[in-house]
Amino acid sequence: MVTVLAAAAPVLLAGIVVLLVIDALPAIQRFGFTFFTDSTWNPVSEHFGAAAYIYGTVVTSILALVIATPIGVGCALFLVEYAPMRLRNPVSFLIELLAAIPSIIYGLWGLFILAPVMRGAVEPFFKATIGPLPGIGALFGGPVIGRDLFVAGVILSIMILPTVTAVSREILRAVPTTQREGMLALGATRWETVQKAVLPYARSGIAGAAILGLARALGETMAVTMVVGNSSTKITPSLLTPGYTMASAIANQFTEADKAIYFSAIVAVALVLLVVAIVMNVLARLLVWSVARGPSATAVRAG
Amino acid sequence: MTPVQRLSSALVAIACLTVACGPGAQPSATSGTGPATSAAAKPTTAPAAAPSSAPAAAGSPSAVAKPASSPAAASSPVAAASPSAAPAAAVPSITGPAPNEAKALTGAGSTFAAPLYQKWFSTYAGITGVQINYQGIGSGGGIQGIQNQTLDFGATDAPLSDDQLAAAKGGPIFHIPTALGAIVPTYNIPEVGNAKLKFTGETIAGIYLGTIEKWNDPKLVADNPSLANVDQDIVTVHRSDGSGTTFGFTDYLSSVSPDWQQKVGKGTSVDWPNGLGGSGNPGVAGEVQQNPYSLGYVELIYALQNNLGYGMVKNQAGTFIDPSLDSVTAAAANSSSNVPPDLRFSIVNAPGANSYPISTATWILAYKNMTDQSKALAMARMLWWATHEAQQYNKDLQYATVPDPLTKISETFIKQINVGGTPVFPEP
Repeated sequence: MVTVLAAAAPVLLAGIVVLLVIDALPAIQRFGFTFFTDSTWNPVSEHFGAAAYIYGTVVTSILALVIATPIGVGCALFLVEYAPMRLRNPVSFLIELLAAIPSIIYGLWGLFILAPVMRGAVEPFFKATIGPLPGIGALFGGPVIGRDLFVAGVILSIMILPTVTAVSREILRAVPTTQREGMLALGATRWETVQKAVLPYARSGIAGAAILGLARALGETMAVTMVVGNSSTKITPSLLTPGYTMASAIANQFTEADKAIYFSAIVAVALVLLVVAIVMNVLARLLVWSVARGPSATAVRAG
Repeated sequence: MTPVQRLSSALVAIACLTVACGPGAQPSATSGTGPATSAAAKPTTAPAAAPSSAPAAAGSPSAVAKPASSPAAASSPVAAASPSAAPAAAVPSITGPAPNEAKALTGAGSTFAAPLYQKWFSTYAGITGVQINYQGIGSGGGIQGIQNQTLDFGATDAPLSDDQLAAAKGGPIFHIPTALGAIVPTYNIPEVGNAKLKFTGETIAGIYLGTIEKWNDPKLVADNPSLANVDQDIVTVHRSDGSGTTFGFTDYLSSVSPDWQQKVGKGTSVDWPNGLGGSGNPGVAGEVQQNPYSLGYVELIYALQNNLGYGMVKNQAGTFIDPSLDSVTAAAANSSSNVPPDLRFSIVNAPGANSYPISTATWILAYKNMTDQSKALAMARMLWWATHEAQQYNKDLQYATVPDPLTKISETFIKQINVGGTPVFPEP
């Protein structure tokens, strides 16, 4: 009985993958590999290429990761190493509350509060300071609208922050105290202990935490849809252009895909999203387990 | 009931038939189920039916029901019986509940008509007790729902193509036009406020194609001197979901701009060269409201309700026309010559001095051959009400009413809705 229940989860997952593959097959057969490289999504001429969606998803997720990882690891370090005992639980609780907020609330907050602030203050600031620089300035080209990949990335970073912080905190707690005591005995300051003993030991675990956050960011739909601009235009290097992510494209276009090939193309995008999310999750779990299990060869080498 | 009672009730029924339907009697109007139910009902209602059916020669079943009216079944057999007395020349009216009709229907689709349908269906529930659940998910969703028979009816501003009709799982689909409305270019320019700007087909196409990028572009300033000092990029807003409003808008742009026709074309979902996407008419209105210097296209009522500025558009005759009830009605009147028999017509870019060029009709989609008798009856009655009594509510919400010649064609469609070959309306 218990075995049957336990077997239900993998069976369900396999079933979902099989179903998606069956429905996506017409699109994959028709467009082949160009489906992933072509950015034209034209329902009128039945020409579908998901590159713009994949690009949007990747960019917003990486931006979220870049913002959330330092902040999350910093929070976790504070909670584990520096915070007074009586502060640890309340602060952890508050950070975990961020994960409890429904994503649609993030979307509304982003739409009404964050986006105007970004449009009015933050984006013009970046455009004025980094925009004129050669090369990297292309990241902030184009008009400032307030509905773009940048705002979506910022909202995603807030949403994945609790995940990254919680997992990092567990990882940092799993670092044996002997490592810290050894460093302190050798005369290291607290920051040197953290920098040279704790963090290197926890490196792979923190990478796992980041990838778990990334996995959440990849699939986030509602909050992103409301601020990303929903525009399947050409891929440009600028973060300030309205874009589209795979999840929000599926959500917006699923109900009205009246032609079979249109529907199949959307399912193909869903399949890509699912595969990427599964791979990320598996990778993250392996990394996290390798630290939580205990002292490992990687830790010895890193020390 | 004794055989004598049955015989006497049958005789009274025949008497009513001959008296009430003398001029244009259609005895064949009695449906297959008629004789059994009417015979069964006669003893209780014959006295009430006899005097009232004679003056009500117009044959309104509910008018006959009223003297015997009570929520109980007593009135409904009369309503069931007397429509068999209604000749084809008379127009039934829906003013009360009917027996055997489903008490709930589900429909979804157009956000263009959603404000109107919400008003209609809440009124209809009060009249007949039939709860109609309508969701504005975009015409594309309505079309898909009716094709897959997940909805009882769909609502769309984009008529189905032949391919889409062929893909419908339940057979032929009727397009019943319910209202006409205007798609207006709406904008949020702080310097201009609610003042009316003037647009032409070329300028709108240019803005959405990206060739006109700023509000103070010479082509816009030529018609709107007040824009000369607005040196801001235009943020265009379009629909991110499958939309009949998009269909009407791109239909117009395709007919006035060969560039647009070639690069983008028309459809419920197109490859927009630039701009933000909003979900549904409310989404586009919201995006325009929140983003300064933006331009979007919505149904007139959304611009009015959200207090957004909306502009005039130049029509084929060369006049800048303010979108309104009257200009949409004029567009429909001037397009009446090219309405196909299945009512899948387009009224964009209509000729005539007063026609608003971006006008469109909105339709309810219903299957001709249905399987559930009670639902089919409820559908047919709702469609009849929508094309007749409900039209009085259009004006307050700035939708034009459907012209009479088109309503006549809709009536023939509604009367063809059948279950197993037997038409369900007028009720047996």
